[in-house]
Order: sequence, then structure tokens, then C-alpha cells
Amino acid sequence: MRFAETGFNLEVDLTRGNIEREATDPKLTALYLGGLGTNAKILWDRVPPEVEPFSPDNLLIFSTGLLVGTPAVGCNRTIVSTFSPQTLLMAYSMMGGFWAPELKYAGYDKLIIHGKSPDLVYLWINNDKVEIRDASHLQGKGATETAELIRQELKEPKAQVASIGLAGENRVYFASIEQGRSSASRGGIGAVMGDKGLKAIAVRGTNDVNIARPDEFIELCNEALEYIKVRRENPIPGVMPILAGLGSPQEMAIHDEKWHTENFAWGNSRHRRKGFWNEEIEKQWTDTMENYRTRLISCHNCPMKCGATISIPGFPTYMMKCFSKLTYAMAAMSDLEFGLRIAQSATEYGMDGFTAPQVMAFALELYEAGILTDKDMPGMPSDNEGRFYWLLDKIVRREGIGDVLANGTYWAAKEIGNGAEEYAHNNIKKHEQLPLKLGMLNPIYFLMYSTGEKINITQIEGNFPQAPFATREEREEFVKDWIQVPDEKFKKWFLDWELRGENSIPYYPTVEATCEIVDWQEKMHYIDDATGMCAGLSSFPLKPPYHIHNLPTLISAATGMDLDESGLTQIAKRIRNLVRAVNIRRGMRRKDEKPPEDHWKKRFPELETKLLDEYYKFKGWNEQGIPTRESLHELGLDYVSEDFLQRGILTDVEGSPSEKASTEK
Amino acid sequence: MKGEKKKRIIKIIKIDVDKCTGCRACELICSAFHAAPRYSSNNPARSRIRVIHEPLRDIYIPVYAGDYAAAECTARDKYTIDGKEYEECAFCRASCPSREIFKEPDSGLPLKCDMCESDPPLIEPMCVQWCLDDALTYEEREEEGEEEEKIEEIEIGLESLANKHGWQKIMDIVARMSKKG
Repeated sequence: MRFAETGFNLEVDLTRGNIEREATDPKLTALYLGGLGTNAKILWDRVPPEVEPFSPDNLLIFSTGLLVGTPAVGCNRTIVSTFSPQTLLMAYSMMGGFWAPELKYAGYDKLIIHGKSPDLVYLWINNDKVEIRDASHLQGKGATETAELIRQELKEPKAQVASIGLAGENRVYFASIEQGRSSASRGGIGAVMGDKGLKAIAVRGTNDVNIARPDEFIELCNEALEYIKVRRENPIPGVMPILAGLGSPQEMAIHDEKWHTENFAWGNSRHRRKGFWNEEIEKQWTDTMENYRTRLISCHNCPMKCGATISIPGFPTYMMKCFSKLTYAMAAMSDLEFGLRIAQSATEYGMDGFTAPQVMAFALELYEAGILTDKDMPGMPSDNEGRFYWLLDKIVRREGIGDVLANGTYWAAKEIGNGAEEYAHNNIKKHEQLPLKLGMLNPIYFLMYSTGEKINITQIEGNFPQAPFATREEREEFVKDWIQVPDEKFKKWFLDWELRGENSIPYYPTVEATCEIVDWQEKMHYIDDATGMCAGLSSFPLKPPYHIHNLPTLISAATGMDLDESGLTQIAKRIRNLVRAVNIRRGMRRKDEKPPEDHWKKRFPELETKLLDEYYKFKGWNEQGIPTRESLHELGLDYVSEDFLQRGILTDVEGSPSEKASTEK
Repeated sequence: MKGEKKKRIIKIIKIDVDKCTGCRACELICSAFHAAPRYSSNNPARSRIRVIHEPLRDIYIPVYAGDYAAAECTARDKYTIDGKEYEECAFCRASCPSREIFKEPDSGLPLKCDMCESDPPLIEPMCVQWCLDDALTYEEREEEGEEEEKIEEIEIGLESLANKHGWQKIMDIVARMSKKG
């Protein structure tokens, strides 16, 4: 018997209409756990680097995490992995909600889609019965609307549906996959789904998920629940409200937006508006939220309430979470009322709430600069809000300039030319980032931005405070019950970290400490993405219920694997290196590993070079960021180094492997 | 016997639909608790509590499995509360032929909430313990009631059985069963 996992993947070839249920090798679970780990292995094995994202040979994998479907509190993530049309690298966007647990109860750990359907179809997975069904009547329908229509026509209100909107159908490079209250939106994975002619996947499952050591496991789950209660009663003092508790930032519940509106940049990630947040605006925005928010809602088996149902009179109801609350409002230099209204359309179209508003603000900036003209924007209204709606429509339908913009700012700027590249200024690895423009370089964030393969800071940062606390007393108070640290030295680094003076950014934490802090935070995310644990209860917030000291026993008790801290650390490292290997094979190198040029005003080229050099060394990578033969060998990834040698990515020189293209540095 | 007062504990789960966030932890932990061995498997389809939910209409109703009903209702009610119209069977606890819930998924046998009876007893049923938002809360109340022997009801029941199966069959069964025990 397999524990926590089902031991089966569902393979669907949309070209031939073939459906297979494949048993999986338990050895792979021991090496890569599940979720992102086994997804990366499949992509490495089965999708050669020559395969274009929009090729029938590209795979689109919907995976449950290893512990999804068990009572592990907050463990419900669907990890979607494929190759991104925008970055051309591996995309592994994820979503919470209810879809992954349902897939596991249906009897599968993963759904692996290959090929391409000539006509628009949807999948209906009802336990052992799996059908490819016609979706021509759903063409052009909104993502939420589609899910409702499918539940009705299947007469199965309990089916969980993941779907794309018109943006995905039209292969907009920042199209999302929506699932009612959750979405997997980064990296353009909705475009890959659309390219495959797949409108939606409905799942219903009524099978058991087994636990290896039930008594031990449930005790750990109860402990996590108890700790969540303690953290509810004890928000962390000294940090802003959205970071004081657990969960993803509580944007739906908390009205105070002083920090976001004054510290994040408006428009095309340009303008800081100091003093924006005043009493009048606070009242107006609070009223807006209170009027439209009908309920705070949770994902599967999670006591956090990170989402909300939004009902605006005259508009269909939709669900939202986290920072998409503000992205449209701020990009359009407007207000929350507008933000929530346009987000309704954008959610039905199925678009990434980070990238979409920035693309529109970018277009308007080009228009103001005269690089785009009235010829490019025929019939565009004169007011900002009207323009946003106009652009949204053009992009989703890929009409006129919308067809260019639908590829995101990096590719659009290249195509538009005439200096447009300067305006696509907020990208990492061709992917739009949070609109943050700050003063002093932060070494921790520098490394996370540069090397993070999720290419999205909110899903890389985590357990170490984002900024030093003002006084030593506050810091001492903070470290008192900081049980989550892997080692006492992290406490020392935090205690000594000052706002100003010698022990402040950019030179403190030291390069050595920075490497370890970044590595710790990243490790926790990689574990979560393999188990399906929500980062909001684990790798993202301060002092979460799950950490490196209890996750090994949790995974052991559920699966029966023999796992301790060093064993789990080794697995996380293996997954981390395999994800990197997949991208290295597709050409990613040191030159790609950098934050947006203008992210910080004060940059320190020498320090930055040193940070990257030392971090690469720390990770067992060469100066190009390529895992060395030794480190691959140590992780049991010899098949990767063999492939690298064959392709000339690594060369077979005694001692430390050198890199052919090192001059690119 | 007639008229004697008897004390009994009434167990109540109070359901506040306004506080439900739709996480369905109650379903999951219920199925785990009732697995054999305890907590060895998880399957919300086996749960004795179900959250009837329609997020887009803001409907979240935790419903507990009650008694088994052999037949569907011939007449049903539709409730409108605060402008929200609820499905006909929304508040019903019965395991019955008209719907899928509260039946074991493989055998189809009816499920019924037992308030997590166990030895030693739990402080609260598991669903209540796992509901951190207090959509489900637990109360015990002592009630004094007359333990009446409702002869009339037994007579009515027997008569209808006899009408259906004939007196001879009923007598045979009664004779056989009373011998056993």
C-alpha cells in the first residue's frame, strides 16, 4: 500500500485522445517527495530543451503535493508545471483551493497533459472514469462562468474545476488557470493550457488517502492547529499588520493600506506617493471593501481566511485574495473601487493580477512618450480607467496593439522598438515583478531576486524578518520563542542587524550570513512545493506552525518514509538543483540572474558580484550558476551531469568543472 | 413505570452559518476519526458532516448526517433567508435515495453522526475541535423527561406490519426473536 500518495498518475494525450492510468515508482517519492520535486523530474526526463512551450511535446503537469488529502492543516496546493511562453524557462505556478485534494481522492497524484486537441475540450475525471468532452459551447466563456456551467451540465455540484478564460484560449503570455477562489497565475501557464485546446478540468473523487502511522501523524496535525491558535492570539509586534499573523498577507481582512500605497510604486512601477494614505482615503477604501466583501473564505482544510467573496452590484460575484486587491488600482493611478471592478473582468478572462496591470500601465506610458500613438490605439477612451478597460479587452482578444502587448512587457517592447525597451523596466528573466522601487540595496533580497527560480519574490521570501527591528529589546523579544530557526546563528544575525550604522544593509548581514539566510528561506519553499503545504502556514510568514524541525516527522508519519532533518534538507537540495538543471539546459546563465536595474537606487556592483559568487559556491554551483559535477554526484543526480557533459554545458576537466561560456559573465 | 422522570444528557452542535469559511476541515477530520484503525485514512466522501456550499451565492451550511430515510420526500420545502434561496434538501440531515451524501461511497450504506462517541470520551466532537472559527460549537444540556412507554405507537406499527405481511408471519418472527433473547 502507498501512504499519503495514491501511487498513480493520470496521463492524457490530447492529440490522440488517449487516457492512461500509470503506476509510479515509489523510489521517486523517496528521492523527490512529490509536487514540484517529481514534476521537475518528469520535465527533465520527458521534455528536451528544444521543445517550445507551445509545442504538443510540452507537458502541462497538474500535481498534488505529497501530503495533500491528509489532515495536515493547510496542505492543499496544486503545483502546475510546464514551460513558460514568456520566460521560456520552467514555470511552476501553484494554487490553493480544493482541486488537488479532489484529484487525490479521485485516485491520482498527478495529471500529466501532453499533445494538443484540435478542438476545444474539457476533461472530466470522476474517480476511475475519465472523459475528454467537447467544450465548443464554452469557448470565450469566463473562467468562473465555465466552472459553474460544467458543474451544471455534469450535475455534479461537488466537482472541483480548474479552467481558463479567454486570455488562456488566446494564449496571452500572462494567462492564468483559475479555480474559483484560487489561481495559478504566474508564468503564463494558462496560455499553455489554451494552446493544448483544454478549457477546463473537472474532478470528483471519493477514494481514501491512507496514512502510515496514524496516531503519530494526527498528533502532529493537532499540534500545528494548537500553534495556529496561539499565533492568532499573539500577533508579532513591531511588524506591519499584514505580516504579523499567519497566512498569505491578509489583504482581504485588513484595511490599512498605508504601507502598500506609499511604499509600492504606482503606474508602470514608477511613482512613490508619500503621504497618499490619509483619513479620507482610508474611510473611502474601507467602505468599498466592506460594501463588496460578502465573506472571508478559506482553502481546503485551512483555518486561515486569505480569500474573500466579492459581490459588486451589477457584476457577477467573484473571489479574490492577497495583493491583486491593489495591483489594478495602483497601476491605473485609481482607487480600490476601480481595482475591484476591473479585477472581476480580469478574473473571468483569466489573467495574472501581477503582470496584467503592469502591461497596461506600460502601454499607457509608451503612449504618453509618443512611442505608441493614436494609430496604435484607435478608439481608446481619454480617461485612465476607461483606457485600462479598453486595453484589457484588446489584450485578451489579441486585437491590434493588444496582440503585441499580450506577450508581456519584455517581448512587446522588443517588437515595438523605438526605445520601448526602457519602459519594460520591472522584469526579472522577462517576467514582470511586484512594483517595488526602493532606496538601499538589500543583500538578502538581491540574492533571492537574482537566483529565485519561481521568479516571484513573494513566493521566495519567508521566515527571516524582511527588515531589522528598531531596538535590541524588540529583537531579543522576537528571538525568545523563535523555534523555527534551523540553527542558533540565525538568531545572532537577527539580533545584530541594525537599521543604521555598521550592522545595516547593504553590508550586513554579511555575505556569508546572507547566503545562509537565503538558503534557509528557499529550502522551506522547496519543501512546501513538494508536499503541497501552503507557504502561508510554512515558508512565508514569520514563526509558522511548520518548520524544519517538525516537517521531517510529519512527512515520515504520513508516508512511512524514514526521514530526519538532514534527510529532508538533502531532498530539498536535490529538487532545487534539478529545477535549476532544467533551466540551465534551456540556456539560463549568470547573466539572467539579476534584479530589475532600478529596483534599488543605491547599488553596489562589487558587493553584488561577491554575493553572487559566494552564493553560487555555497550552493555547489560554478561561477555561471551551473551545478558542478561533484554537487550533482553528491545528490545522486549523475544523470544530470552526464547530460551536461554531452551538451558541453559542463566540461570534463579534472578538479572543478569549468564552464565554456564563462566569458559571458 | 409510567410517569417516571429520567435525566439525560442532550448533546448539541450549534451551527453558525455566518462564521463558516468553507474550509471543510470538519469533513476531513470526521472521515479520519471514523476510519478503522482511527485516523488511518481520509476521505471526505465518508464524512458524517458535509458543508453544503455554493460560494458564488454565499451559501455555506454544515449539515450533520441524521437518520436513514428509506424513501424520498414527496413534498419539499424551499427556504429563503436574507434574500438567499436555499436548495430543497439544503438543511436536511437524512441519508436518503434522493441524494448522494451521507452514504459510504463503496457500499452505499447510510452514515450517521455519532458525536464522535469513543472511550474515553472526547471533550468535543472532532469537527468542533477543528473548526477554529466557531462555525461549529458544542454544548451539553441536561434534560429531564418522562420515559413513557408509547404503547399506542407500537400497536400502530405492528398493525401496519401485519397489514403488509400478514399476522402469521409477524407471530412467527416474534416467537423466533423472543427465543433468542
